[in-house]
Amino acid sequence: MSVMKRVSLIFKSKANKALDRMEDPRETLDYSYQRQLEMLTQVRRGVADVATSRKRLELQMNTLRQQQNKLDGQAKQALGAGREDLAREALGRKATLQGQISDLETQYHSLQADEEKLTVASQRLQAKVEAFRTQKETIKATYTAAEAQSRIGEAVSGISEEMGDVGMAVQRAQDKTAQMQARAGAIDELMASGALDDVTGTPRDDIQAELDSMRTGPDIELELQRLKGEIGAGNAQAIEGGTPAPDGAARPAAAEQPQAGEGA
Amino acid sequence: MIVRILGEGQLKVDDAASDELNTLDAALERAVNEGDEQAFRPALVALLDRVRALGTPLAADSLEPSDSILPRAEADLDEVRSMLSDEGYIPG
Repeated sequence: MSVMKRVSLIFKSKANKALDRMEDPRETLDYSYQRQLEMLTQVRRGVADVATSRKRLELQMNTLRQQQNKLDGQAKQALGAGREDLAREALGRKATLQGQISDLETQYHSLQADEEKLTVASQRLQAKVEAFRTQKETIKATYTAAEAQSRIGEAVSGISEEMGDVGMAVQRAQDKTAQMQARAGAIDELMASGALDDVTGTPRDDIQAELDSMRTGPDIELELQRLKGEIGAGNAQAIEGGTPAPDGAARPAAAEQPQAGEGA
Repeated sequence: MIVRILGEGQLKVDDAASDELNTLDAALERAVNEGDEQAFRPALVALLDRVRALGTPLAADSLEPSDSILPRAEADLDEVRSMLSDEGYIPG
């Protein structure tokens, strides 16, 4: 059992070093218990760190999804207005965001798995620390002979093996969250700079501006037509010099005649 | 015997399974020694799967040290190698 044996021997030698450190084996119990409590705190902090990172990713994914929806709406609006080029641009940006979202999703699931594993490890360590505390008191109370020494050895190596295991898991999780924090920070910066979300981050992005101008375009034309009509009617009235006709329907027709005449 | 899979916990495995597990362990060791990436992953997975299938998880409050300790399932070749080299990989 070479791989299996070698790894366990390394763990044992670490545990033995801890045991050899103290003159009185009972001190070893207290020292080990102290370290267990520290490790428990460290594991819980590790779980909290992973959870924080996971929540941050969740927020970022939500933001990116909202931007995607907005781009989708803009593409529809553009198509409705016959602007296929704009729709294409919006869909292109939507696809870029999809890449970012997929990346975040992968990281999210990996963090979720880490969080679950660490939570289980933390519960296991908690149970062992509790068991150790009980044993510690029993061993101390009955401590008379070398028999107690072996019980101390067993309890200490059993729990120091667990601490070694969970310690590595916490270390890995912390390294990973640190990396993810850096990446999440980079995405936040990108969003803030507008490189990722210039389409939606500002109240009026370029696609929206063009869509807006298309929408206001016809309105302006209509407005102009209406204004022209009013001005035309005013002129006609002035030329005729008369009071407004009692029959409203007759007036526009009357107003049109001089207008047509002016144009010809 | 008690086997720990790092990151998963301890399992009690019947001593009768030793031969079978030794064979799988030898294959893993060969892959690690030869730096054979392709053989490494299947060898590790096969060994861990067998231990999981044959073993019964130990109670969470058990304080027994393990007879054997196995790398975690996600460990890569470098990680296992540095584990075996005892250069501070395993915290004391």
